[in-house]
Amino acid sequence: MEVLEQLLANHPFLLGLKAKHLNLLAGCAARQEYGRGDFLFREGTEADQMFLLHSGRVTLEIHQPGIGEIQLESLLPGDVLGWSCLFPPYRWHVDARALEPAVVLILAGDCLRPKLDADPELGYAVTKRLLNKVHERLEHVRMQRLDLYNVRPGERIP
Amino acid sequence: MVASICHAREVAKREPTILGREGLSALLDTLRANGYQLVGPVVRAGAIAYEAIAGLDDLPAGWSDSQEPGRYRLSRNDSPALFAYTVGPQSWKKFLPGAVTTLWQAKRQPDGGFVIAEPPTAAGNYAFIGVRPCELAAISIQDRVLQGGEYCSTAYLARRQKNFLLAVNCTRPGGTCFCHSWGTGPKASANFDLVLTELLSPPGQRFLLEIGSATGAEIAVQIPQQIASPHELAESAQLLERASHQMGRTLATAGVKELLARNIEHPHWESVAERCLGCANCTMVCPTCFCTTLSDTTNLTGDQAERVASWDSCFTLAYSYLHGGSVRSSRQARYRQWLTHKLSNWFAQFGEAGCVGCGRCITWCPVGIDLTAEVGAL
Amino acid sequence: MKLAKSVPGAVTEAMVPEVVRVRQVIRETGDTITLNIAPPPRAGGFLFKPGQFNMLYAFGKGEVPISISGDPGHPSELLHTVRAVGLVTSELTKLQIGDRLGVRGPYGNGWPMERAKGNDLVIVAGGLGLAPLRPVIYHVLRQRGEFRRVALYYGARTPQDILFLHELEHWRGRLDLDLSVEVTVDRAGADWFGHVGVVTALLANAYLATDGTVAFVCGPEIMMRFAVRELERYGLARTQIWLSLERNMKCGVGLCGHCQYGPTFVCHDGPVYRLDSIGDLLSRREI
Repeated sequence: MEVLEQLLANHPFLLGLKAKHLNLLAGCAARQEYGRGDFLFREGTEADQMFLLHSGRVTLEIHQPGIGEIQLESLLPGDVLGWSCLFPPYRWHVDARALEPAVVLILAGDCLRPKLDADPELGYAVTKRLLNKVHERLEHVRMQRLDLYNVRPGERIP
Repeated sequence: MVASICHAREVAKREPTILGREGLSALLDTLRANGYQLVGPVVRAGAIAYEAIAGLDDLPAGWSDSQEPGRYRLSRNDSPALFAYTVGPQSWKKFLPGAVTTLWQAKRQPDGGFVIAEPPTAAGNYAFIGVRPCELAAISIQDRVLQGGEYCSTAYLARRQKNFLLAVNCTRPGGTCFCHSWGTGPKASANFDLVLTELLSPPGQRFLLEIGSATGAEIAVQIPQQIASPHELAESAQLLERASHQMGRTLATAGVKELLARNIEHPHWESVAERCLGCANCTMVCPTCFCTTLSDTTNLTGDQAERVASWDSCFTLAYSYLHGGSVRSSRQARYRQWLTHKLSNWFAQFGEAGCVGCGRCITWCPVGIDLTAEVGAL
Repeated sequence: MKLAKSVPGAVTEAMVPEVVRVRQVIRETGDTITLNIAPPPRAGGFLFKPGQFNMLYAFGKGEVPISISGDPGHPSELLHTVRAVGLVTSELTKLQIGDRLGVRGPYGNGWPMERAKGNDLVIVAGGLGLAPLRPVIYHVLRQRGEFRRVALYYGARTPQDILFLHELEHWRGRLDLDLSVEVTVDRAGADWFGHVGVVTALLANAYLATDGTVAFVCGPEIMMRFAVRELERYGLARTQIWLSLERNMKCGVGLCGHCQYGPTFVCHDGPVYRLDSIGDLLSRREI
């Protein structure tokens, strides 16, 4: 338990979180390893966990019939994925696959949600960090969809 | 040797003298005898133009102009005055080196390669007759731009190396003039060989002659003249003093550089754009606008190619073309570029403003956009 | 027009291209090649600074500014990486071994290698923006001891659009070079095991000491604006960031007026600018 708490405390996403809050989160947490090619989650299945990437890389991808897998974004250590476990209908809408062996800290959704609701201070601290991540990722997505290295950037969005 | 002619006109100090009409005629003949081609003001298509002249008789005697934003009219009376108008749509950049210059030609070789050769530079020993003080300032600005930096325009340099400037002080400013705001007129102070001030008071038409360079002095000694009387000197000074109060326009030049630099975003640009046609007239008539585009052409068989430099304007879309589009696609951005370059960025690039107060851009704007008013509105 | 300053009698013809021959054509991607050109004969070879460019002339078609993508320490070789986007660049990408083209240059200021000495160097490149930065990497590898940590972050459109792929792999694999190389693409299929996402996302894991780091950024202008924002987010000051800008260029020597960017001429005041030297122009429209 203490090791887990330490891992959580050192994860960039939770940096600066109060000890009592880390303790609350640790109660929902587990450490999980994935091999190269393993799926962290599959589209359409129940979104029941949030993932804090400790090491390794994970890609978010989606399958298009006739084309195959399209990689949307690869995530690096320090990134967080699995926001869908916080909101109904609690279902994944992309696949997450390990590109290389990965160590992940998992927070169980049905454990996490009541704790965030019950303790607004914790709820806000986590939400604010999430919002910052969403902001960062949104910026990346904006830049990505501009298709900047195309001959006429932004003109043809495939 | 060459550089000293272009960069520093050595001033020979001598007493101002007086010429009659015959004296001026003799001066023009002397210039021609010294190998200069004379270029001066003539009436062409209802405006004052600069063209080759044979002598005094080609000058626009009795003509004067009236200029307002978007308006230019010439009229004639029976006055013998030769310089009673101000500047027309043309400026001396017509000859320095002109609107189109061939830079080089390339020829395909039998082995599939090609060679490049330069055409001979057209030197042209021009004596400009009747250069106004604002135009002297404009030539001096172009000197700095086209031959004052690390790289020079050789075509410009060739023309300026043997270029005689016979200036004329302005005793009658026009409706769009504001040279007094920049201190570039109405009296010539530098960058000329000889300068005239036309006097029309009794006993009749005569010209006060002052020397601005050693070359000017060499020419001046070859013509008959008299020492100017104190009365004539006083009259000339009085005419020029009066002229400086008769400018049709005024520009608040103090702080204009900073004013434009801090107003890159200003609602007024949009208001200008509503009127501006993007026609590029202002840049074509401007005596300091120096931008050229380079174009490449081939003959029909495709085995000969050449590159020409021709006047370009920041008001065209092609001017800022980048990756299939224009950086300044809106007219407001193009007007802002032009005005900000003239009155602000030019200082950073060349240490002075790119405007001399000649008023051409105001007169020849088809919708009468007035630079002095636009600056005032910022 | 030509250079007629300097020493009287020593007139260099700046507006007249020198005719040179293509030695080798390297296909980089579907629309991009690298021309290996026999450089114009100069005493000591064709010397240039990383980040400088030449004007390349395709017979009868016209001239374009193209940055030099080769090794500044190897002046007997002149490399230009060209993408077919317009009339002249399309013509240049069709050139074969032995074909002739015109060259004028080198022009522009180049990257401030002196300023990067003794510092960490972060290189951020997007798309074809890697080409003018490759000479920086060559320079660093030649003088590796003069720089501290050196990291290259490069974003391309797809795995097929990655420039200098073999070299990137080589640099990445050579531990003795001590060069960190991270490549990302905007889109990829399942057969790509590199990063997917924008180049700025990689900076989150970059080592950016706020003191003693300089950043060189080159790519499309929007990409550079995003990169600047990201670098500032991690604490770099505007005096630590350099960008290579692009504007329409005709003469390359400051006489034609086209490449003006605010109070500067990109051809001789740039193309490399320290971010603070251009004020807030980068975020202004239609400059």
